[in-house]
Amino acid sequence: MNRIELQAIADKEIERQQELKCRVLCCASTACLSSGGQEVRKALQDELKAAGLTKDVQVVATGCKGLCSRGPVVEVTGPAQERVLYANVTAEAAQQIVRQHLVGGQPVNDYRLDADSPFFTKQVRVVLSNSGIVDPERIEDYIARQGYAALGHALREMTPEEVCLAIRRSGLRGRGGAGYATGLKWDLVRKADGRDKYVIANGDEGDPGAYMDRTLMESDPHRVLEGMALAGYAVGAEQGFLYVRGEYPLAVKRLERAIKAAERQGVLGSRIFDSNFNFRVDIRIGAGAFVCGEETALMSSIMGRRGEPRPRPPYPAQSGLWNSPTLINNVETFGNIAPIILNGPEWYAAMGTEKSKGTKIFALTGNVNNTGLIEVPMGITLREIVFEIGGGIPDGRTFKAAQTGGPSGGCIPAEYLDTPVDYESLTALGSMMGSGGLIVMDDQTSMVDVAKFYMEFCMDESCGKCVPCRVGTAQMHRLLSRLIAGEASAADLATLEELCRMVKALSLCGLGQSAPNPILSTLKYFRAEYEARLKSGAAHGAPSQEAA
Amino acid sequence: MTTPSQVLTLKIDGQDVTGRADETILQVARENGIHIPTLCFLDSLSPLGACRLCLVEIKGSPRLFAACVTYIAEGMEVLTKSDRLNKYRRMIVELLFAERNHICSICVANGHCDLQDLAREMGVTYVDFPYRYPRLGVDASHERFGLDHNRCVLCMRCVRVCGEVEGAHTWDVAGRGIEAHVSADLDFPWGDSDTCTSCGKCVQVCPTGALFKKGVAAAEMVKHRSFLVRLTAMREEAE
Repeated sequence: MNRIELQAIADKEIERQQELKCRVLCCASTACLSSGGQEVRKALQDELKAAGLTKDVQVVATGCKGLCSRGPVVEVTGPAQERVLYANVTAEAAQQIVRQHLVGGQPVNDYRLDADSPFFTKQVRVVLSNSGIVDPERIEDYIARQGYAALGHALREMTPEEVCLAIRRSGLRGRGGAGYATGLKWDLVRKADGRDKYVIANGDEGDPGAYMDRTLMESDPHRVLEGMALAGYAVGAEQGFLYVRGEYPLAVKRLERAIKAAERQGVLGSRIFDSNFNFRVDIRIGAGAFVCGEETALMSSIMGRRGEPRPRPPYPAQSGLWNSPTLINNVETFGNIAPIILNGPEWYAAMGTEKSKGTKIFALTGNVNNTGLIEVPMGITLREIVFEIGGGIPDGRTFKAAQTGGPSGGCIPAEYLDTPVDYESLTALGSMMGSGGLIVMDDQTSMVDVAKFYMEFCMDESCGKCVPCRVGTAQMHRLLSRLIAGEASAADLATLEELCRMVKALSLCGLGQSAPNPILSTLKYFRAEYEARLKSGAAHGAPSQEAA
Repeated sequence: MTTPSQVLTLKIDGQDVTGRADETILQVARENGIHIPTLCFLDSLSPLGACRLCLVEIKGSPRLFAACVTYIAEGMEVLTKSDRLNKYRRMIVELLFAERNHICSICVANGHCDLQDLAREMGVTYVDFPYRYPRLGVDASHERFGLDHNRCVLCMRCVRVCGEVEGAHTWDVAGRGIEAHVSADLDFPWGDSDTCTSCGKCVQVCPTGALFKKGVAAAEMVKHRSFLVRLTAMREEAE
């Protein structure tokens, strides 16, 4: 493979698509499949066959279009065709779309979705630019949209130092949640001594309500692979591992196919683009432990050991997989790499705020009209996300809080709706950016129940290695249960707060260090709800128990 | 550029001390007679950093550092005692007491127990947290030894000594979080283990009465301290 051959593949695919009268893009991501997407696709194909249109119209199984609450979503597009979106499509609706729209030329207004609504227009799709448009199982479709062009360009025109510099100048920060400067991390691994180096993509997304990484892997697997290969070239690694959560079988299937196709085309494997650069990617599947999203536990799992974190330093950049320097980034971070190389770091740095550049994908869920997957520029306000993109709160209820950052994050109350969404602002509010879960809660939500839900999650997912997290989360959960049962005293509440501070300060890894955040942030903004649950008249100390 | 053999100077609790670049804060503190409480740490076993009792403050950082896994640095200023550290260490010991069923008066290790010593050192005369009283079993299937899960603090000393010194790797951890427990082989009764060599190292390194020699009554199980001194030599032989 060289860059001319790559261009030839792209040209051929574009020509093929231009020759079609139109293409019908059906979402085949997990959300739309669960609402009947497969039957819709079959109905479309059957009806097209009956109408004798199979040569002119192609039905494409694509990735996610974002509006998951209105799935299955279908898009009709073509060279001489207005782009029409349909939502809540059923098998009968699919037949009607073929007869009335594709044959008759009249869009079916009953199922039509307004493509100019704020849900679509307020978004800026960089990482998800191919999602919902390309067929994730056809590499040609990806190549036709400038796929692997960034890799070809970097291997021919850029040194590894220059690739790192471009990422540094773009201002990209880790999308896994902590927000460490990506370019800096790449430089650390590039400069580290070591014959073998590794690149890991962390796809062990586990926050309740979050599915950004799953969708990216399902919708545009090649984007992740290209980002990993660029990283491998930049840091000097020849082996990559894609660590995918075991609960994501569709993502694994599509990634496996993508790796095979990429190797066949010579954009992964040996002597990529006829250069001296070799890069292999292997998939490792998690076994259902949330803590394996923590980088040291993840590496332990890849090496076949019990998924438990270890103290840092040494950081993976110095000593990671098999004691070699290892670069570990989130899947979404890798999704940003190819566009940065193609369009330049200045283009990327022009989006976002001073310290948080680019865009961020959020999984918008909870008490909001439009639930789904959105990609927005950093610095957008929560109000814009919830009320414009999200379309507000259903059933005439009012907004109470937004939960970001999953079990490591916190709840942001209504008075901070105009806060810009970036790493620093969310942290200052006692929450965090996290991987991108955004759960909207209405005025019926009990914040103590929310805190207990997350604490139960952390307690179940603690690995049990260090004492504060193992026993502390169990004790916090117990104290919250007592509070909800109306059996807690003011002293219990004080103990709970003290425990939160202690578990935060003492725990070994990020899971324990951030486990108290949901309690601390709800206490900060909704303290009255906790106090209302106290045992009546129990303002004085709980009976203490004697040590054995 | 620091090399492992380079000698560095630092301050621990205001005292000027020296150490080699490949030594941890805990090692240097001990060489200089400065006491830092520990539980999971044991000389010659790989440090785990799990009990969090040896956390210390380092000037210039708001974070706390586990002394057993943090290497010294030139000019470092370490504080091993403070109101905050004392309070947190005490809470850890309390959490351990509340986690399982530690009934000292009927325990074989009464008076010879690291957990009890820690409680005494921290002045733990009562526990602020509700006791969990979990229902846990006793594995008495081994001919000479027993395992009482009620008294285990999950320090992983047995797991490490078995894997790193004896080389048998009979012990490991099963379950996670509050359900985590040590298990022989693939969660078999200890007596059915194919890999156990009955060397008894795990019993000697266990800080509490969780692993014990059969046939001893309450407070009768005195551990051979001389064994621990030989552990380093054993490890060298094993390697």
